[in-house]
Amino acid sequence: MKKNLGIFGLLVVVCVVTALLSDSFLSAYNVENVLRRSALFGILSIGVGFVIITGGIDLSLGSVVCLVGCALPWLLTVQHWPLPLALLAVAAVSLGIGLFHGLLITKLRIQPFIVTLCGLLLYRGVARGFTADQTVGFGTEFKTLRLLSTGKVPFLPGFDLPAPLFFLALVAILAALFLNRTIFGRYLLALGRNPQAATYSGIPTQRMTVLAYVISSGLAGLGGVLFVLDVNSAQPVDFGNFYELYAIAAAVLGGCSLRGGEGSIVGILIGATLMQVLRNTITLVTTRNNVEFAIIGAVILVGVVADELARRVAARRRAARVLLSSSAG
Amino acid sequence: MASPLLEARQISKSFAGVRALKGVSLSVYPGEVLAVVGENGAGKSTLMKILAGVQRPDSGELVVDGAVRTIGSVQEALRFGIALIHQELNLAETLDVGANIFLGREPHRCGWVDAVRIETEARIVLERVGLSVEPGALVGDLTIGQQQLVEIAKALSVNARVLIMDEPTSSLSDHEAKVLLRLIRELRSKGTGIVYISHRLGEVQGLADRVEVLRDGDNAGRLLREEISHGAMVQLMVGRALAQFYPHEPHETGEVVLDVVGLRTRANPGKVVDFQLRAGEIVGLAGLVGAGRSELLDALFGVVPALQGTVRVSGELVELRSPRMAMDAGIALVPEDRKHQGLFLEMGVRENLSIASLHREQTGGFLNRAKERALCEEMMPALRIKAAGVEQPVQFLSGGNQQKVVIGKWLATRPGVFLLDEPTRGVDIGAKQEIYRLMEELAANGAAVLFVSSDLEEILGMSDRVLVLHEGRLSGELLRKDLSEEAVMRLATAAHTEVAASSI
Repeated sequence: MKKNLGIFGLLVVVCVVTALLSDSFLSAYNVENVLRRSALFGILSIGVGFVIITGGIDLSLGSVVCLVGCALPWLLTVQHWPLPLALLAVAAVSLGIGLFHGLLITKLRIQPFIVTLCGLLLYRGVARGFTADQTVGFGTEFKTLRLLSTGKVPFLPGFDLPAPLFFLALVAILAALFLNRTIFGRYLLALGRNPQAATYSGIPTQRMTVLAYVISSGLAGLGGVLFVLDVNSAQPVDFGNFYELYAIAAAVLGGCSLRGGEGSIVGILIGATLMQVLRNTITLVTTRNNVEFAIIGAVILVGVVADELARRVAARRRAARVLLSSSAG
Repeated sequence: MASPLLEARQISKSFAGVRALKGVSLSVYPGEVLAVVGENGAGKSTLMKILAGVQRPDSGELVVDGAVRTIGSVQEALRFGIALIHQELNLAETLDVGANIFLGREPHRCGWVDAVRIETEARIVLERVGLSVEPGALVGDLTIGQQQLVEIAKALSVNARVLIMDEPTSSLSDHEAKVLLRLIRELRSKGTGIVYISHRLGEVQGLADRVEVLRDGDNAGRLLREEISHGAMVQLMVGRALAQFYPHEPHETGEVVLDVVGLRTRANPGKVVDFQLRAGEIVGLAGLVGAGRSELLDALFGVVPALQGTVRVSGELVELRSPRMAMDAGIALVPEDRKHQGLFLEMGVRENLSIASLHREQTGGFLNRAKERALCEEMMPALRIKAAGVEQPVQFLSGGNQQKVVIGKWLATRPGVFLLDEPTRGVDIGAKQEIYRLMEELAANGAAVLFVSSDLEEILGMSDRVLVLHEGRLSGELLRKDLSEEAVMRLATAAHTEVAASSI
């Protein structure tokens, strides 16, 4: 909890500064938009967070977003599949991808970085293949279905809550319960801390690793569906491009250690929101969108360095306390 | 007497306001073995690091050949001829043996590494330490014991006048240890001053010319050759005499709990192991490093499943293809490498204690937090685990308390067969005794206890029965009444009987 305070403070500072520099930041329209984007990216970030907690990495999720985002409208409008079947198909594909990654990593012991890097290339390539690089979209159809992403729920006068926020809330609550209250969550954290000790403690490490990748790809699939419903069409060349990096950055900002074993859902949510607020700030405050990556990169670096320094100070204090107590006892 | 090569006068050192050394003095003379003993936390390692330039003292003087010197770095220490062999290995596992021996001071010609010279010189030092591996062998492929010898070869190759060894034999087999002890004697006769740190008091007794005992960062006493005895050292170390070191009592043994027939491990596929353990007995598993002791325990615990063989627990045939299957059969393993295999260092005492029994206390996958707390409340006092609280990360506990956490984690699964691999390695005397007491309690409560140890004294002191492994097969079994160091060594070395006979 204490750890999340730092990143939360950073979020507040960025919000206050942006609000001072731009009048439109706090407008209902803008806040709704930022919340919608944060919710969509939050779902991806929670997914990749599970993989990072086990000490792994998933670079493929942007391409999974692309594959699912292109497949759903393609199946519905080009192939004319019935809606339930199309949804079932994209769910099966995204969960299957996670299972495939997990099995390659645990059974063949291929490094997660390599497996998911190949996935990154593979799934986008497949999407570009079956769409022949053509934009696929819902056009004017499926208005009701699109409400899942574009819909709003009245909250305050003049201010509505975007629908994806409810998906995020559901995912986040389930994820937090899973991570903190079930033995499987404990196993994932333990596995990330020390895989060898996890094996010697009777933890089914291979199954837990596979599970983490299935969660990651599954949530990327859910994200892909919501993203494409939100924007109505997907261009396979760049749909979901770099989303894996936004998600990983959000998870790391939110306190997940790439060494594994650390991370909280609340932290990931704050991290994902911070990323989207930053992007929004750049759009509102500067006239040059092309510096976006530079600014985001710099902010993440500052956040991570500050966190590492704080951790060292804490460790030194704690070590001193332990020495004191041990010399006393 | 000659003048000392190296003297430490009134050395003090504090870490974050805590005094680790409180004015310790020490002299090393040429051609002697000075043993430094003391419990964990007595300040031995800190003092050695200061002598070798790894750390600087806060106050006090270091005197080299009669002149006061500042030893500010390891390089400076080496220039004075002072070399330290760390307790933890500092080798690059992906480089070969020769490259490791000359790491950082490679002989070169016009900037090109002189591989031929490395190889010939490496061969010479390797032969001196009695290690028969090629200089081109990868360090990562060697056993821990062999790596330790590479570390010693590395120190020898700088021709140190003062050689400091921090627990050099802790990971060596008895055979390797004997070669090393012979080498130390040879160096001593050539005038090298050797500072020798060891928990193995039997070894110290046979080797040291003088013993310096440290306690709580201070000099607790000195013993000269004729005064050196196990009892005298222990008394100075703990500040009191220990009535009985091994709390062993004969046990009533019951039914056969573990029955192993025709077991072939992956490490020794050509050998078959058969043995039985009875309820209430403590069985020692002896053998040299590489004899397949840990591999046997790993197979019984399903970490590296056996290739073949049947195992019965309390008469029932069990499959041991994963640790979980072994746990369900009532088997527990306290692994050899506490930090890497036994503990989640950054996690708290609570999470470490409960991790192996979580799946029994769940409801629909959810953690039972009350049971988890109750487990800590039961185990912490019962095992006398000293920690700042249940949430304290175990990395900040002493080695003994860490080991008690690992034992507690397995006690919570209430196993009928308790396997322990080097249970007292790197643990101080006080905690050692508590671990022995726990083993006794386990046996008294009807568990079958099988423990691996490289410490012969411990094997002799704690076992009702000893099984001896040699190159993957059981070379013999000794009952308590037939136990002796010679008998165990004879079986353990089977092939090198002459080495065992020449003894130390």
